[in-house]
Formats: sequence, structure tokens, C-alpha cells
Amino acid sequence: MTALETIRERRRQRSPDARPRAGRKRPPTPPTARQPGLLRRLARDRLLLVLGLPGALVLVAFHYLPMLGSVIAFQDYQPFLGIGDSEWVGLENFSFLTEGDPEFVNALVNTLQLTVIQTVLVFPVPLALALLLNSLAGERLKRLLQSVLYLPHFLSWVIVVAIFQQMLGNAGTLNTFLVRNDLPTVEIIGTPELFMTLITAQSIWKDAGWGTIIFLAALSRIDEEQYEAAAIDGANGWHRLVHITLPSLRGLFVLLLILRLGNSLSVGFEQIVLQQGPVGLEASEVLDTWLYNYGILGGGWGVSAAAGLVKGLVGVLLVIGANKLAHAFGERGVYQK
Amino acid sequence: MTTLEQATIGDDTVRRPRREHKRPIWMEKPNPVVQALKFVVLLVAVALVVVPFWSIVVTSLADQEAINDAGGGMLMWPDGVSLDAYQAVLSGGVVTRALLISIGVTVIGTLLSLAASAGLAYWLARPGVVGGRPVLMLLLGAVLFSPGIIPTYLVVREFGLLDSYASLVLPVMINAFNVIVMRAFFQELPQELFESAHIDGATPFTVLTRIVLPLSKAVLAVVGLFYAVGYWNAFFNALLYIQTTDKWPMALVLRTFVVNQSAIGGDQVGGSEALPPQLPMQMAILVIAIVPILLVYPFLQRHFAKGVLIGAVKG
Repeated sequence: MTALETIRERRRQRSPDARPRAGRKRPPTPPTARQPGLLRRLARDRLLLVLGLPGALVLVAFHYLPMLGSVIAFQDYQPFLGIGDSEWVGLENFSFLTEGDPEFVNALVNTLQLTVIQTVLVFPVPLALALLLNSLAGERLKRLLQSVLYLPHFLSWVIVVAIFQQMLGNAGTLNTFLVRNDLPTVEIIGTPELFMTLITAQSIWKDAGWGTIIFLAALSRIDEEQYEAAAIDGANGWHRLVHITLPSLRGLFVLLLILRLGNSLSVGFEQIVLQQGPVGLEASEVLDTWLYNYGILGGGWGVSAAAGLVKGLVGVLLVIGANKLAHAFGERGVYQK
Repeated sequence: MTTLEQATIGDDTVRRPRREHKRPIWMEKPNPVVQALKFVVLLVAVALVVVPFWSIVVTSLADQEAINDAGGGMLMWPDGVSLDAYQAVLSGGVVTRALLISIGVTVIGTLLSLAASAGLAYWLARPGVVGGRPVLMLLLGAVLFSPGIIPTYLVVREFGLLDSYASLVLPVMINAFNVIVMRAFFQELPQELFESAHIDGATPFTVLTRIVLPLSKAVLAVVGLFYAVGYWNAFFNALLYIQTTDKWPMALVLRTFVVNQSAIGGDQVGGSEALPPQLPMQMAILVIAIVPILLVYPFLQRHFAKGVLIGAVKG
């Protein structure tokens, strides 16, 4: 094969219609340029396969094999019997849905409450912060502020929870300060009524700064001439914000909202499981921690696998539904129709 | 093209050329009250991040006397500097071992993750390669749908990985999103380079080591750092899979001694003399867990916006 032919063959392989479709008559081609057979292609790509297969195998083993493991949702799973020998019980494990196990219902209610609070409160903070940063004139100051505000995102939840305890706990910085100044102390950590507020505050502290990245990128894409034209027509800063900036961000906002909705049944497992001790389960149990406490610690394998399955399906349905809704309102959403 | 893409292509916020006038001509003079308000809000936001770190570091350096003066609580101002707490937790014992385990898991895990992800991404980046389509679909599916806690736990158990260091690495070794970022980067490389190298007689392996990897240093750095931070911070897998105290990584040590405030006894730290007070030791553990993140943070920061946005652009 000459070099020229090699180039031609490569080009042909790269072009989208390189692979002949079944049923379509292929134009006569010189034999060297024919799509090689599977064995030939395997031999040709053997290095790529050797490099890529370990990753692909790990992906299948820990992302797709567990999906098969979900069959225990239909079993009375006993760890010592394994999946093969455990008894099949049909839909019995799903009875928590119809009968309303009080602990499950409590976890579900808490999860939905937290999702609503977090969507309403956590969502606008990065936007406000981004608008504020964007309105600063000095690039250097802006960058310095960004460095500081992004940092908490990279700390683990264990560290964030520990920091909050040390700041707001009974012997924390805040209370030490209050005692020194003869003021009454506040008990924030360990008060069930304040649990959701605390969780929300932690989420804001950790990720509000990080959340500005996407908004800042979107803000930088807005055409400055629009502002100029509006200003010449007499629009003041507030008008420009309401009529130019916010409408330009609408698509992004819808997109983020849809993604958030898809995750609405999972609210911070690590964050919450770390703080359940002092406040008790009634105030703090959410679906993910219920799965863990009931399934893995309590041995209720089948039921929590069933619950996990339902939760995953509902999440996917929520994304699809929200996307449909977005399309209905003329937005682009996450994916196209 | 999704909205996210449009929003993120050409993220020039960072490198916009410096303007001569900071304020465009058409913009009205800023209202001093509004300016002051903005300044105060941002100052509060920054203080909310910085003050806790300050207080933690100061307390970790305090001695018994300073703690007593503060009424047993956290300090805001340094009152003498004592490294006793660090010396105690770092001279053998459960904290020291956890630190070494965390470093080991992070280093080995990051290398494995990088190698496997780069291999997978390189495979999927070549057009018309055997199995490219179905594996790409698997990858995208993994981004959309994650298996539940229980089934994953069962798989780890069936593989006999419970209570092993491998359980901290294997389940999180491939992050589908990171692979997609790398694939997008590999696809951007000029394909003509590969062709000319091929014509010059280079084997695919030579192409990989001499052309692709040297050109991909940036993306390798970004993805590697993201993996490393993930391994260092991992708590969930350790909580689920690790049972023996001897195998605890830093996250579990933090939970036990700092979040749950279990007393740190003489047999948990090295050194036989009198222990430093509990609070500075707890804060020292916290500082030790934070410092590695602070060390890589400048590198992370240089790249992460780009890394985050590439993924959005080329999904």
C-alpha cells in the first residue's frame, strides 16, 4: 500500500458514511479501500483496545453490574445466601410505597422539604454573587475575590461540617465570643428545628462561590452593545439588569433548574449522615440516609434496593418531565427534542 | 448545541484585554452608597470563608493556658505559638497512619484513574474504532444514571473488596464526566499529526507517547487534580466499606475525633508524655486535612474553569 493510498483510506474511514449501510449498494471500490473485516479491525486497533479496556471494564463493573444487582429488590435477600439462592418474593419489597412505612414517609417528606428550601435559597445566591462580582470594575480585585470564594468547594463535607461545628457549636467561636461579652449563648448545632437551616447554610457556604463560575461565563457572553444602546435610550442600571442581563440568563437558569430537579430526591448524603447524631432521625432522615440506615446498617436489603430503584427511576422521569416542560415554554432545556 | 454550551464557549472572563477606561462611557457614575453596599456585602462573604480558617489555625497552635483563658473554646487571636498538638498527632498512632493511608490512596488512585481514563478517552476519540459507539453510550449512560447505594455495596462485597484499600479506589476510579472531557480534548488535536506520524512509520503506541500525551499535559493536569481532590476528600466509600480502624483514611479520623468529638487518648497518638489539650489536637487534625487542598489549589484554580467548561461544551 502506498502512502497516498493509506491517506485516502484513512480519510474514507473518517468520513461519516464510511461504513456501508445494509441494503444499500456500495459503489465499486478498489479492493484495498474496502472496510476491513472485524478481525482485521480488531488487529488494527489492538493497542487502543488494550489501553481502553481496563477503564471500560471498571466502568461496567461499578456502574452497570450494580444495576443487575438491583434484582434483589424482588428478593428476600440474605447476605449469606447471595443473589443466587435468596428467595424471590415478587413485588413484596415495594409494599412500603402502598402501605406507607412511617420512617420512609418521614424521610421522603424531609427530602422534599430540603429540596424546596435548597432550590429556593441556594439557587439565587450564586446568581446574586455573580452579578455583584461582574459589576466590579477592577479585574484584579475580582480575581482575588473569586479565589477566596471558590475555595470551600474543594473541601470535603467532613471538613465543612467540622468547621461549622467549631464555629457555631456550644464551645465554638461564636459562643465563646458571646460568653466573653456577657451575651446569651445560642445553641445551633443539635437543635432539631434548626437542622434544615443549618444544612442550607452549609450548602451555601460550600458551593455558592463555585456556582458563580457558570453565571460569570454566561454574563461575559452578553453583548456589551446591548447595554450601550439601552443606556443611550435612557435605561438606568436597574432597567438594564431586569431587561437585558436577567433575560439573557434565562436559558441557563432553566437548564440548571432541570438538572436540580433531576437530583431532587438526593440531598447531600455525606453532609447529613455526619450530623444525624445530635439531632435525631426524625428531623434529619432523608431518603439517601434512610437507604443506608435501613438497608446496610439495618439489614433491610430488599426493601432499600426497591426504594433505591424507585428513586432512580423517579429521578430520570423528573428530568424528562422538566425538559418537556421547558420545551413547552420555548426553552432549550438539557437536550433537544 | 445546548444552552450550557452557548453560555460557556469562549470563557474569556479571565483573559479579557485590559480596558483603558474601567467604566464604559455610556455608564453613569456609580452611586457611592451602592458602591459601599457592594463592598460591604463582598467583604462579609470573604470574611465568612476566611475567618473560620483563621480561627482553626490559631486554635491548633494554642497551648493549655491559652485554651483555659478562652474558656475552653475556640480562639480568635493567637496567644503564644505551640506546635505540641501537631507533634502529638503526627508522631505515630491512628492519625499518622490515616494520613499515610490517605496519601497512598490519593497518589495510587489518581495514577490509576488517569491512566484508565486517558486510555478509555484515547480509544473513544479515534473515529471508526472497534466498539467505539457502544462504549461511548455506556459512558453517557453512566453520567445520567448512577446505581443506588445498596447494589453498589453488593457488587463491592461480591468482589471480596470489603475492608480493602481497593474499595476506596475501584468504585470511583472512572469518572465518566472526566473521560468525556479528555475525549473532547483528544478530538481537538490535529488529526493530520497522527497521519503524518503514521506515514513516517510510527506505531500507534509511539503516536500516543510522542504526540498525544505531550500535547495533552494541560488536560491531564486538570483531570488528575480533580481525581486527586476526589480521592483525598472521599468519605462515603470509606464509611461504607472500611471496617477496621487500622485502615481508616483521614476522612474517618476527622469524623471520629473532630465531628463526633471522641476523646483522643494516649494510645491513639504517639509520644508518651502528657498529651496536649484535646481542642488543639482536633484542630491540628483539621488543618492537616485541609493543607493538601490548599497546596494544590493554585494549580487547580488556574485550570478548573477551563476543565469544567470544556466538559459542558463538548458533551
